[in-house]
Amino acid sequence: MLAESQTLRHRRREQIRSRGLLLSPALLTILGFLIAPLFIVLVYSFLTPGTFGGVIWDWTFDAYVQFLFERDIFDESLVFSTAYLEIYSRSFVQAIVTTVGSLLIGFPTAYFIATRPDRQKTMWVLLVTVPYWVNLLIRTIAMLFLIRDEGPLNHALISAGLIDGPVRIAYTNIGVGLGLIYSYLPFMVLPIYATIERFDFRLLEAAYDLYADRWTILFKIILPICLPGVVAGSLLVFIPSLGAFIQPNLLGGGKNLMIGNLIALQFQSARNWPFGAAAAMILMTVVLLALIFYTRHQMRHRVPGH
Amino acid sequence: MKQSPSEQVAVGIDDVVKIYGEGTAVVTALNRVSLEINDNEFFTLLGPSGCGKTTILRCIAGFEQVNAGHILLFGEEIDELPPNRRPVNTVFQHYALFPHMTVAANVGFGLKMLKRPASEVSDVVLRMLRLVHMEHLADRRPTQLSGGQQQRVALARALASQPKVLLLDEPLSALDLKLRQEMRVELKLLQEETGITFIFVTHDQEEALTMSDRIAVMSQGEIQQIGRPRDIYERPVNHFVADFIGDTNFFDVTVESIEHDRAVCVLPGGARVMAEAVNGCKPGDSVSLSVRPEKIKLRPSDTGGQLAGRVARPIYLGTDTHYKVQLSGDLSVVARVQNAHENAASVQVGDAVVLEFDPGSVVMLRD
Repeated sequence: MLAESQTLRHRRREQIRSRGLLLSPALLTILGFLIAPLFIVLVYSFLTPGTFGGVIWDWTFDAYVQFLFERDIFDESLVFSTAYLEIYSRSFVQAIVTTVGSLLIGFPTAYFIATRPDRQKTMWVLLVTVPYWVNLLIRTIAMLFLIRDEGPLNHALISAGLIDGPVRIAYTNIGVGLGLIYSYLPFMVLPIYATIERFDFRLLEAAYDLYADRWTILFKIILPICLPGVVAGSLLVFIPSLGAFIQPNLLGGGKNLMIGNLIALQFQSARNWPFGAAAAMILMTVVLLALIFYTRHQMRHRVPGH
Repeated sequence: MKQSPSEQVAVGIDDVVKIYGEGTAVVTALNRVSLEINDNEFFTLLGPSGCGKTTILRCIAGFEQVNAGHILLFGEEIDELPPNRRPVNTVFQHYALFPHMTVAANVGFGLKMLKRPASEVSDVVLRMLRLVHMEHLADRRPTQLSGGQQQRVALARALASQPKVLLLDEPLSALDLKLRQEMRVELKLLQEETGITFIFVTHDQEEALTMSDRIAVMSQGEIQQIGRPRDIYERPVNHFVADFIGDTNFFDVTVESIEHDRAVCVLPGGARVMAEAVNGCKPGDSVSLSVRPEKIKLRPSDTGGQLAGRVARPIYLGTDTHYKVQLSGDLSVVARVQNAHENAASVQVGDAVVLEFDPGSVVMLRD
């Protein structure tokens, strides 16, 4: 008995050791390229900005204070300021609109692909990913050409008689939204496609047989069952949209500052590294809190046996 | 309360044609099928896979559009109605329970879609779950249930909105044998209790024989025979039905003479057997005869006679023993003897025997 349990324990230890060995490249990568840089950002957010960029090793909360308060130039007193909060809320609205837009386009697309014959599916999935073979910057500039005042989109709308003169799309929030949806749409389509692919379409017949109409079937049967894919896709679109830098910069003309631009600005021309670091930390904290809240909510409503 | 099938026609299938595919890959699933299913009847569509039985069910449910002909529900054409507007419900082969809903929500789904008040829905759900003995599992998810339990929930769900006709698409095929046998009895009781017309699709002849009021045997998109289980088994009209239902012996014979509906038929070996003549058969015709193994008696005999042969191979099956008997003229016949007495052992391989059977148990087939 004793010998048996000892060999068992030994085998278990072996198992853990070999598993650790297999995991080590991933662990090292995460440690070296995610945790360590994040730690540097965290530390920098508590330092004092140097005059020509960089940091001075004086510990301070100034960066975080600056986020919510403005220092009066005359008496040095702190006044509550919503300037940065506005940038954050603008970015959140932009990210939400992008997510909803991607969902509205992505869900039917994913449904379409998942209901094709097996051989066609692979081709459609490949087509969805084709834009990713081109650099994001180039794609965004291409988008700019499409939506500018004299671009093909405006031309098409004018010749279709829908509008009289060119409508301003480039350098507006709508332009940024279009660019973001275009950039992140595959992140929405692919996870939803994966869940619909596994969906048992016989359930549709069952619901149809039980007096449900098409919209009820969509909202009571398909969507709830495919919810994990919808959630995964939404997160994959929402998070990068929130911190997006290239699209607001190029398509928005940098007029309306977004979180991404704010952070970039601090590290570049504003030469306030600690504030840039603090802004990044605040963004990450908000996203993490939202994720934790969501996961807990999911756990509580988790279907037993699923 | 037992309600016997009434004469009112619940479902009428009128000259229905269903074709799948296009161009060169056309398959005729239903070839001018007509049949009438009475109210309160347990009606079974029986046939091998691909015979068109499920297609009929799907046409009644509304999942398939017929290419020609009509489907009538209590005298009214329902061809134009989508499935969600037909007062019929289906029990699917793989149950198709909604995995994100509880058992109770599954059962109540149809009523909710019909916008019945919540109190009525919960009452009916409870009643239905009691009917199928599942009330204690109302809050479970379908994935937490065994196959038999899922089956019951699927039944309760389909019955909850009190359809005029219940369609059952091989609902027992995914269950193991013991459970299947139990559910047969339960299904029949349920049908009698609810008085709802059941249309049951199966490829299992035993299922069909034990539960049905009437059976339609199908093959290659056509109905071969419609009748009570006893008629189908005892009086098959053609080779296909005789072969598909139960075991049988076929004899290719020539009709020698006919007298008072009795035909004298000559076997290839020259032996003569009597059979009931079917309409329109005349001396000189080549026909097939079918004799069920259990109708054949074996008499030990060394004297020879009309149907004399030797026992080639006995197969012991517990309740019965099958004896393969080699006759003259390269004919072999299987006889089934019940192992009621020890005498089963009295016939040995190589023994000379004479076959005896009643002329009434010899069926002349129409093809």
